[in-house]
Amino acid sequence: MVIIIAFISGFIMSIGLIVSGMINPQKVIGFLDLFGHFDPTLAFVMAGALSVSAVGYRLVGSSKPLLCETFDLPKRNKIDRQLILGAVIFGVGWGLAGFCPGPAIVGVGLGFFKAIIFVIAMLTGMFLARKQVP
Amino acid sequence: MNISYIHGLIGGMLIGLAAVILYWFNGRIMGVSGITSKLLFKADKDYWWCLAFVLGLIFGGLIYQMRFSVVVVINASAWSLIIAGFLVGFGTVLGNGCTSGHGICGIARLSKRSIAATIVFMAAGILTVFIKKVLKV
Repeated sequence: MVIIIAFISGFIMSIGLIVSGMINPQKVIGFLDLFGHFDPTLAFVMAGALSVSAVGYRLVGSSKPLLCETFDLPKRNKIDRQLILGAVIFGVGWGLAGFCPGPAIVGVGLGFFKAIIFVIAMLTGMFLARKQVP
Repeated sequence: MNISYIHGLIGGMLIGLAAVILYWFNGRIMGVSGITSKLLFKADKDYWWCLAFVLGLIFGGLIYQMRFSVVVVINASAWSLIIAGFLVGFGTVLGNGCTSGHGICGIARLSKRSIAATIVFMAAGILTVFIKKVLKV
């Protein structure tokens, strides 16, 4: 059941990314192009997503999830160098191509050849980083 | 209001719904980079549900493409996609999250780390796009 829910969540996420237009790198780069042809669509996506997730997360309270024993939340709460360095590296890559992990993987499903190239490179980067930070 | 803003809002709400479902039922944060990176090591206890999530992402694209045929022009060259992909993969594992995990789930939980990470990766992205324009690459 946990596996079916994960699939459904991934599927809805995928449709959300397509409908929102975020699978189009040009729209993402448009948002980051603050000093040029600024396209605010991504801000609307964030607003839509946050309005649902913030309320949804509050509604569960502190009881346990429906299918598992506990909520599995990140334990770290310090802002450290590794977090900032990682975010900088990610941001540079994001700005270069306009792809982040979600839309790139959906792009593979959509059959975009360039998304496949991106995802293979991304998996390589993830693998090497995992070797550094377990 | 521009129609693509409305699409953004509706699509965003679906993304939020996906995050809430994964949280309510499975008690998990919907971070695509973390979920994907777990597929690289089969011994991980989360392997199977992570695989199911990624398959959901791919199938969503596949079925949508069959039904509506989506065409997107991707300008980036193969080389810049390779470099960008590598940086995105490396950076998201190092920084423990991407746009979905930090930008949506983390901010919804008011996590200090996620708010900081989101500000930093957006700033780095804005700067990168700016530099790219100045250098005309």
